[in-house]
Amino acid sequence: MSMNGSSPGKGANGLSKRTVIALVQDQPGVLARVAGLFRRRGFNIASLAVGRSEREGMSRMTFEVEGDPEIVSHVARQLDKLIEVVEVQDVTEWDIVWREMALIKVSATAETRGEIMQLTEIFRATIVDVGAEAIGIEVTGDPDKIDSMITLLRPFGLREVMRTGRVAMPRASLEVGGKDGHNVRDKDAKFWVPNSPDSPGEKRTGSV
Amino acid sequence: MSTDSRELSGAQIVCESLLREGVDVVFGLPGGAILPLYGVLGQYPLRHILVRHEQGAAHAADGYSRATGKVGVAFATSGPGATNLITGLATAMMDSSAVVAITGQVGRAAIGRDAFQETDITGATLPVTKHNYLVMHAGDLERTIKEAFHIARTGRPGPVLIDIPKDVFQEMATYTGNAEMDLPGYNPPGEADTGDIDAAVELIDQSERPVILAGHGVLISHASEELREFAERAEIPVITSLLGISGIATDHPLHVGMPGMHGVAYASIALDEADLIIAAGARFDDRITGDTKRFALQSKKIHMDVDPAEIDKNVKADVALIGDLKMVLGQLVPALKKNRHTEWLRRIEHLKAEHPSLSIRETDELLGQHVVKAIADATGGGTHIVTGVGQHQMWAAQFSTFDKPNRFHTSGGLGTMGFEVPAAMGVQVGVPDEVVWSIAGDGGFQMTMAELATLKENNIPVKYAILNNNQLGMITQWQDFVYNKDFYANAYTGNPDFVKLAEAFGIKGLRATSQDELESVIKEAMAHDGPVVIDFQISQEANVYPMIPAGESISELIEEPV
Ligand SMILES: Cc1ncc(C[n+]2csc(CCOP(=O)(O)OP(=O)(O)O)c2C)c(N)n1
Repeated sequence: MSMNGSSPGKGANGLSKRTVIALVQDQPGVLARVAGLFRRRGFNIASLAVGRSEREGMSRMTFEVEGDPEIVSHVARQLDKLIEVVEVQDVTEWDIVWREMALIKVSATAETRGEIMQLTEIFRATIVDVGAEAIGIEVTGDPDKIDSMITLLRPFGLREVMRTGRVAMPRASLEVGGKDGHNVRDKDAKFWVPNSPDSPGEKRTGSV
Repeated sequence: MSTDSRELSGAQIVCESLLREGVDVVFGLPGGAILPLYGVLGQYPLRHILVRHEQGAAHAADGYSRATGKVGVAFATSGPGATNLITGLATAMMDSSAVVAITGQVGRAAIGRDAFQETDITGATLPVTKHNYLVMHAGDLERTIKEAFHIARTGRPGPVLIDIPKDVFQEMATYTGNAEMDLPGYNPPGEADTGDIDAAVELIDQSERPVILAGHGVLISHASEELREFAERAEIPVITSLLGISGIATDHPLHVGMPGMHGVAYASIALDEADLIIAAGARFDDRITGDTKRFALQSKKIHMDVDPAEIDKNVKADVALIGDLKMVLGQLVPALKKNRHTEWLRRIEHLKAEHPSLSIRETDELLGQHVVKAIADATGGGTHIVTGVGQHQMWAAQFSTFDKPNRFHTSGGLGTMGFEVPAAMGVQVGVPDEVVWSIAGDGGFQMTMAELATLKENNIPVKYAILNNNQLGMITQWQDFVYNKDFYANAYTGNPDFVKLAEAFGIKGLRATSQDELESVIKEAMAHDGPVVIDFQISQEANVYPMIPAGESISELIEEPV
């Protein structure tokens, strides 16, 4: 179980999972526009998280989609054409930190409660709700960690699982003055950041 | 800030804003939700052309924009009025045409309740507009309209729809005359990266068999002069896409023609034999590439486009020049060495001689090619040619000749039959002093011919040449070549008498049935001060050659049997 971002996994259908981050204007309809470009190609959005960003009036979206890397990269460029999208990055090959939170309601009896609480501790999760027949657990971390925890809790009787969808962020550079997310990024990684002056990417050059 | 600041109704703000954007003409048709706007329209120096169908308004606005380079404007009411615009918006979207559509919407309180004539038109037009807006406060109208026009005409142009609830037209708000746009995510590129320019120069200077593939971007960016300088400086032959036609004069020594599915064979072969393809505002449409895995394998590609999402979309680029084409060519051309490609040009001349794609077979019958050629001969290269979609469109593309840029207007991307009637109307309204011919199919013409009434009412003097083969000719051709000659649903056995039809609209109607009549009929049409419909009864036994079937490559090229 690792707390670090793992390498891009494969989805059930063998397509690779890509992580795309978008900075968007916080306006009605943005989500529909963004989702529409994935829908048009028949991509499944496996996970989606949206929330306010550090910039006023702007939200960040993290998507996880299953698709051919080249096509996802092209969709990212089409996303960037959307008027309300300020910046888009396919960060799959970047050094990123990603996190997801899950709320899990699991059946618990007097006999199993202790074991569940032990598991909770090992996963550094928190018990947020205790009832007569069930316990509510909050767990945060790498999506793999959450998957593992759910697997281990399943035998006790899973009642409800709510996952937030993953949020991802490029790691801060180790060098002073370095660009965030670039410290270990593969030079040829697919990325696209033409718009924002303070974005970590750079303009695409002739050798494409 | 501004002395212009006043309290106005939403409807008045719309009109003031349109005037500020330089709009002088609007194509539209009213209805309940947009009536408050029509209530004040007459008080402003805005010419409103009342169409017969909102699709006509959208195509007319599109045609107007293509011909003038300005933004074309269409009005429609909510519900069916708005949905009738959709084909026109999609057509404009595919061909990067700057259109702003303003639709009325049901009142704010009624939205979402399936009110009478309510359609979620911003939802419905999401994929066929460059952007769209639902404006919920009159105070937002001024900024929104400013943004909409800016978005429609800059970068890669496209249609923008603004949906305005009825009561927003009636709401009072402050009009300042200098609203500020809020578009942090919209920064169309200007000049290309200088490193990329250097890389392109190196490829061009080294190439032995370069071709330029000139697309619509040349015309949208008003870069045909720069294109000519580019071609002449490095002596590079110019192939034009369907929408790039008229980007370089037809009789220019470096002009080659259109490649692809129904392009001239020598242009397709030249693309295949080239060692460098320089796409200038062209998007490697599948009608040009066929099977991309077998397309132009011997060449490197330089792709110039204002839209970064075009790069690598269909064909991988070795060098991408992202920017406004006029500026990019301005950067590139002076950096190129003067060059000669005598061998390569000789090879292309040889291909032209071996593959005479523009010869017309010997026959006494009247063919579509004869008509297009006769119109070109009679009217000269400055005429605007508008087309529908089908065989006649391809003959128009092949046989029209141009000596001025931006004279060929066709629905290339969406392939919209019916474009030929209203788009030609919009072109003529945009360039009232120029000659506009529409080369129409009898199929497409009947899709939008209701606009003949609009033409009559406004005396818009478009000359319509219907290449009447009493069938959906291109369908016949595909059933012939691809579907085993199983002809079905391709024939029109009950076409109207187009001369009488024109006369019923109060329009001059003419007919020609033989080659001999061509010259005199065209002359008569030209002499008439007003719209004319000519029924050219052409042979049904005709295919467009050459043909590269869809999804195939140059090795499947079919030429006219001799
Ligand atoms: C709105 C629309 N419907 C259907 C088609 C499919 N289509 C392409 S060409 C064609 C035939 C066009 O017939 P006509 O306008 O008579 O022109 P012709 O091919 O005979 O010159 C058809 C039906 C289309 N392009 N557009």
